Amino acid sequence: MSPQKEQHSTSGHHGRTMTGAEIFVRSLVEEGVEVVFGYPGGATIGIYDALVDLSDIRHVLVRHEQGATHAAEGYAKATGKPGVVLVTSGPGGTNTVTGIADAYMDSVPIVVFTGQVPLRLIGNDAFQEADIVGITRPITKQNYLVKDVRDLARIIKEAFYIATTGRPGPVLVDLPKDVMAQKTSFEYPKSVSLRSYNPTVEGNQKQIRKAAELINSAKRPVLYVGGGVIQSNASAELKALAEKLRCPVTTTLHGLGAFPETNPLSLGMLGMHGTWYSNVAVSYCDVLIAVGARFDDRVTGKVEAFAAEAKKIHIDIDPAAISKNVMVDVPIVGDVKRVLKRLLDEVHGLETADWLKTIDQWKKEHPLRYNQGEAVRAQYVIQKLGEITRGDAIVVTDVGQHQMWTAQFYTWKHPRTHITSGGLGTMGFSLPAAMGAAFGRKDFPVVSISGDGGFQMNSQEMATIVEHKVPLKIFVINNGFLGMVRQWQELFWRRRYSHVELYNPDFVKLAEAYGCPGTRVTKPSEVEPAIREAMLHNDGPCFIEFAVAKEDNVYPMIPGGQTVNEIMDNPEGMEDEVKTDGTPTAMMILDKG
Amino acid sequence: MTQQTQSISSRTNEEERTKRHTISILVENKFGAFNRIAGLFAAKGYNIDSLSVGPTEEEDVSRMTIVTRGDDQIIDQIIKQLNKVIDTIKVIDLTFESFVERELVLVKVQSRTETRPEIMQMAEIFRAKVVDISPKTLTLEATGSQQKVDAIIKMLKPFGIKEIARTGRVALKREFKGEV
Repeated sequence: MSPQKEQHSTSGHHGRTMTGAEIFVRSLVEEGVEVVFGYPGGATIGIYDALVDLSDIRHVLVRHEQGATHAAEGYAKATGKPGVVLVTSGPGGTNTVTGIADAYMDSVPIVVFTGQVPLRLIGNDAFQEADIVGITRPITKQNYLVKDVRDLARIIKEAFYIATTGRPGPVLVDLPKDVMAQKTSFEYPKSVSLRSYNPTVEGNQKQIRKAAELINSAKRPVLYVGGGVIQSNASAELKALAEKLRCPVTTTLHGLGAFPETNPLSLGMLGMHGTWYSNVAVSYCDVLIAVGARFDDRVTGKVEAFAAEAKKIHIDIDPAAISKNVMVDVPIVGDVKRVLKRLLDEVHGLETADWLKTIDQWKKEHPLRYNQGEAVRAQYVIQKLGEITRGDAIVVTDVGQHQMWTAQFYTWKHPRTHITSGGLGTMGFSLPAAMGAAFGRKDFPVVSISGDGGFQMNSQEMATIVEHKVPLKIFVINNGFLGMVRQWQELFWRRRYSHVELYNPDFVKLAEAYGCPGTRVTKPSEVEPAIREAMLHNDGPCFIEFAVAKEDNVYPMIPGGQTVNEIMDNPEGMEDEVKTDGTPTAMMILDKG
Repeated sequence: MTQQTQSISSRTNEEERTKRHTISILVENKFGAFNRIAGLFAAKGYNIDSLSVGPTEEEDVSRMTIVTRGDDQIIDQIIKQLNKVIDTIKVIDLTFESFVERELVLVKVQSRTETRPEIMQMAEIFRAKVVDISPKTLTLEATGSQQKVDAIIKMLKPFGIKEIARTGRVALKREFKGEV
């Protein structure tokens, strides 16, 4: 979504005759690329040769190409700049597929360069040949096979432009070995002009006015905020709007950090494992303002029942996201930041005191909660991490129970501090993504949190992390289960556990084998000191295994495809802090409304 | 396509719920652009009744004509998704416009000396051309709307059809409404 990049000056190279490989590396310099995550091979050997003499770009040798793509994603999400991957042909390319699909689902700007067999061998089932352009077509925003060295610089320019503008996403460029050896005069294009691609950034003024009218008449508004707010760097505008309207804000998983949860208007996350009060507020609101969110099924549950009473406004850069899952009343296509800025001028403060009072009551009656018993609870670990870092850290999660607990129990304060695989739900994401984030950001410590299952899906990147002394805090929440699947088997499949219990290595020894200091936490009293020590450790990575309660569940939970009426809240039967007269306030509001 | 193997009744049921749309798409004539659009229909599970593609008056632009079915929301999504493809220059739903559409069919029909005149007469009625002849067959070329092409095939069926090749529909917006 960033406007076109300004030209970096690399005078002296323009007009020179170079090989494709040299043009490739010079083009990366032109794009201001600082770091490339890659793995060499036969088809990219010429490119890697051209990298030898180049000190402007740091190349990080991963241990598996999937790790490279997640690292690029982590870098992109933490910095807002495109992540870059360089791999070889065949298996090098196919190993990037999961990461590319992940970036496509979560709109992450990455550019993946794959080696390819020489043009004359394409289609011959040559050694390490795969039709990576064909394979990745449905999971890339755009992809290219470079057939002529004279097209190379233009294609690279287009690739970065497409990846970072509009709704961001992955772009793949396939580089045949012989094309990279051909020579031509190097001219890096100053700008990109594509008649077929011109994202709408300015929202339609009429639509903005219509939205403002609707908002100005609202009594129970809710802002429903997604990752688009973070992608478009619109947190300040969002905060200004919420405060001007006195409108409560709920965020999606990817929206966490877009609005500070320390603000009293924050409802935390909504959806399947969202807070009770955010889901109830959405179901009783009269105007829902969706900003940079896509009405994902994990948010809406049963679509017909989602905010059924509300008029809906939807602001998004992607026209195809509008009315895809839920029909909306006022769509606005445009860059979230610009639209919010203009919307701010059109709205006035609302009388929401009663609405906010009701919500505060709900917050007291139905807080996020757990019982701390003898065993370490993952929720407690996350809560402590939040307290110790005060939200001033980048936290990268994997997929499963620990991911939801982190979303729930950490207090999110800043954009680009919560990084996770949301759409595709890729286990093994956290470790390499956290590494990528740490290469891009030095201002905040970076914490990687995984389950025992997910950690083992990309644990090879421990070697890369130790080699580069990346100061990661690596947490494994070990319950000996594929916990989220186990939870579903317990709740919906009559506790018939099928292949969810894990045999695990000694994680601490494993970390130590890579040269990373490690420790194991088994008692609640050890949690806080261990985290404090880790946060002070800055000489390379450190590792903590938290041995947590084995059969723990994520609550609240709205079972898939159901409504807020089916929400499972407080199944542990905890004492309510606030006594009520037995009538849920939600019902009282409904009767009033 | 697959619809042809479905029973007539299920086809009519579906047609009651959904509407047929003829969509014209101008795309960059680039490697992979066609695959991206065809793949989109497969990946999203949209129907394709007919798809044709060919060059246009501009050298680097192709026109795709897709006939698809769906309710309003699905058609809305199809058009948005088509627009989202980077190489798409323009998408027009001709359904709400006045437009000309044509399909071409080649039909190889069995013919004996005694049936040949009757087949030739049929060809004349449909303004079809005989493009190949052999002692046992006649090959006819006909163009027209889908209904006309369906009709000629139906009329030729009793003679014994050996092979059929249909192009799928191509369409252009009319410049003056009401003009034939």
